[in-house]
Amino acid sequence: MSEADGIMRLRQPISVTYNWSAGPNATSHLNGLLDGTLVGKRCPGCSLVYFPPRNGVCPKCARILGADVVVGPRGTITTFCVVNVPFLGQKIKLPYVAAQILLDGADISMQHLIQECEASDVRIGMRVEPVWKDRSEWGPSLENIAHFRPTGEPDRDMGVEAGAS
Amino acid sequence: MADLCAVVGVGQTKHASCRADVSIAGLVREAVDRALADANIGIDDVDAIVIGKAPDPLEGVAMPELWLADALAAHGKPVFRVHTAGSVGGSTAIVAAQHVMAGIHGTVLTVGFEKQSDGNAMWALSVPIPFGMPVHAGAGGYFSPIVRGYIKRSGAPSHIGAMVAVKDRTNACKNPYAHLHEPDWTLEKALESPMMWDPIRFVETCPSSDGAMALVIMSEERADKHAGPKAWVHATAMRSEPTAFAGREQVSPRAGEMCAEDLWRKGGITNPAKEVDVAEIYVPFAWFEPMWLENLGFAPRNEGWRWVEDGVTDIGGSLPINPSGGVMSTNPIGASGMLRFGEAAMQVMGKAGEHQIDGARKAVGHAYGGGSQFFAMWLVSSSKP
Amino acid sequence: MPRRDVAIVATAQRPNEVGSTLTSVELILPVINDVIAKVGIERQKIGFWCHGSCDYMSGQPFSFVAAVDAIGAWPPIVESHVEGDGALALYEAWVKIQTGECDVALVFSNGKTTSGPIDRILNLQADPYVVTPLWPGFDSLAALQARACLDAGVLTEADMAEVAARSYRDALNNPIAYAKENVTAEQLLARPYTTAPLRAHDCGVPVDGANAIILAAGDAARSLAERPAWIRGIDHRIDTQRLGARSMTESSSAAIAAVKAGVGDDRIDIAELHAPYTHQEILLRRAMNLGEGTHVNPSGGALVSNPAMAAGLARFAEAAESVFSGSADRVLAHCTSGPMLQQNLVCVMEGE
Repeated sequence: MSEADGIMRLRQPISVTYNWSAGPNATSHLNGLLDGTLVGKRCPGCSLVYFPPRNGVCPKCARILGADVVVGPRGTITTFCVVNVPFLGQKIKLPYVAAQILLDGADISMQHLIQECEASDVRIGMRVEPVWKDRSEWGPSLENIAHFRPTGEPDRDMGVEAGAS
Repeated sequence: MADLCAVVGVGQTKHASCRADVSIAGLVREAVDRALADANIGIDDVDAIVIGKAPDPLEGVAMPELWLADALAAHGKPVFRVHTAGSVGGSTAIVAAQHVMAGIHGTVLTVGFEKQSDGNAMWALSVPIPFGMPVHAGAGGYFSPIVRGYIKRSGAPSHIGAMVAVKDRTNACKNPYAHLHEPDWTLEKALESPMMWDPIRFVETCPSSDGAMALVIMSEERADKHAGPKAWVHATAMRSEPTAFAGREQVSPRAGEMCAEDLWRKGGITNPAKEVDVAEIYVPFAWFEPMWLENLGFAPRNEGWRWVEDGVTDIGGSLPINPSGGVMSTNPIGASGMLRFGEAAMQVMGKAGEHQIDGARKAVGHAYGGGSQFFAMWLVSSSKP
Repeated sequence: MPRRDVAIVATAQRPNEVGSTLTSVELILPVINDVIAKVGIERQKIGFWCHGSCDYMSGQPFSFVAAVDAIGAWPPIVESHVEGDGALALYEAWVKIQTGECDVALVFSNGKTTSGPIDRILNLQADPYVVTPLWPGFDSLAALQARACLDAGVLTEADMAEVAARSYRDALNNPIAYAKENVTAEQLLARPYTTAPLRAHDCGVPVDGANAIILAAGDAARSLAERPAWIRGIDHRIDTQRLGARSMTESSSAAIAAVKAGVGDDRIDIAELHAPYTHQEILLRRAMNLGEGTHVNPSGGALVSNPAMAAGLARFAEAAESVFSGSADRVLAHCTSGPMLQQNLVCVMEGE
């Protein structure tokens, strides 16, 4: 048996570098984050407010989003899960709560972490507020918010069926 | 206007977490060779090849169908590549069938595959987007809040997911090709399985698999002359909707409902639960079984979980779901949809071996992908419509 | 003959640029709205949408999913995606219409070719075990083919320069094209090699672009356009990818596809060939037996503007537009994929 007979797999690292654009329609949103403000956008067609303004487009109407709208900072949890599985690139300590949060004034929920309470205390309808990192760590990203924490306000029933956006 | 077509051959690989014994081409040919043998034709009898798979970063080969042209003896033939995320195995089978239905080709080979052990599937499924907030851990982290939404609105008891998991893993033991062969699951053991993304337990999640599935589809003219059982394609349907928009119904997406409605209408089905003998539906997380039972129009809203509890979806039940073990037991992403479509065909061809549902005449294959936004289905039968 | 008469009724292209800072969705949305506005059809009347793009070029798995945001997929639509050029998405849509499942389809494609190292990315299209680890580069593979052609006497460097000069000059009339220049073959021959025997002008310029086309069958087409570009034949074939396993001086898959598409049945006024390299245009002309009377790439072709994954569909748009305007009666549109003209799609269209 030659040495070659033992070669069954080949490790081939592949590295490709891209320039990623957030696009001009994300500018006000990202500038807002640099400033500690949560800026969403309103669709000129259906008037719904998107935060974050994904791709700057309303997916229902296929229209570029229009006016900037400041939303939050508080919001309501619409659904959540408790993450207990490690994964490549993970930075957060297990277990942690990943939640969909409907910020006041927005019409679509956004995803973030819930901390400063027991995972078992988190519930649909819970009111939360953002906890920002130190300003020196800020960049154009939602990561400027370290996590959301309960405000202590009474839970809100939004009249939206559980599991809808 | 469209011709009738039929599946005349089915072949799949032995699915496993790592098929280090074959190259990508070898994996594909294992399924293809079995399908050709099952159809009793040679590779030169194939007029065209339609290939589907999920994102190429899963293996690190861009547009691998180009390189695979040699392995598939495709010189001088058309090769076509479909990519519709998780539903791709299903949509690929539909595109292949449509080449025959349109009268363009008489014999089409279609294959779905994924050799995801070659790369890092978790990374490929959660590549962080700049300027965003990386929070969820893979597909489970995306879907578990939606599952939570279903449990809340339906009032389902918390053991339903575990019941589906036990059923699917036990079914898989009757399927020699399935990835997971775990014969000793009980409900008690399953309820002790650790929570991964609460409310989804480890046992309720699909594995990551290497595997491939291939089908040979023939025109009515050729299929009529072909000895052996056939799965006539009565209807196909596809629907898509955006990933996220304000007010989007996430638990039972409208695109899934409409896809099923279209399928039933085209297939002349007025009472799906009664008229369909068996269904292979795309359940990557156990709770999706009751959710899809409702979404596809089998069970009434908020009642899907009762059907699970009552054993309706067991192999011995009145609507067996995933007798093959389903995505819960085997999940090569690019192949999974075609596994559902192919297993449905196998049922009406009487070729499902130990997991054959007796007397299965009409079967449904279903696949979904993305953020529960891409849906593909087909209805097959042992007789012509 | 195909069972249903299907025609291109409208096209929209985005002027190509370099270093775009738009997202792919922002690139696609205007061309889709544009092409729909051109025929004035209600969105809901579009029975099938199909998209061509490539995850590796976008830099993200499932990159095409975001594009669904650009097409207003609500209420839910019938939609599909190919991992490849929009021209292949057009083929899938044409097949769908042939089944009778729909009468009107919209296909679109996008390529932000300048956001990543395209030459390196296209390396990943090769045999992962024995070719990719050598990282040959897409331009290098094309150069190997050009060298083989030169050595075989199939063409000369002057022939290649002539293709480039003609393309760069023709591009002056095309607002979509990126590179354009009033230049002669002699001037180009004086410029240095980049990947010998190729010079910079012998290689398609990577650009960012997006386009969309609407197809319709029979009377639907007649109601949407004054002079539809009827698809008389369309076919695609693939060759071996194994370097050295086929002749580099011809493209048999292009030849077969051309015959099946009916190219030889009558004269071709305009042929829009997707040739990202000058020598490949010459090979394609030969493979398809295009005569002297055929005007090749009046748009400038992919040589002056190559938005990968949208460059093939751009050829279809250009060819169809020449029918719409009446400047041509019978045209050819072509798309290639893979190294050295491995896979080829050929389509013949006619005005009525």
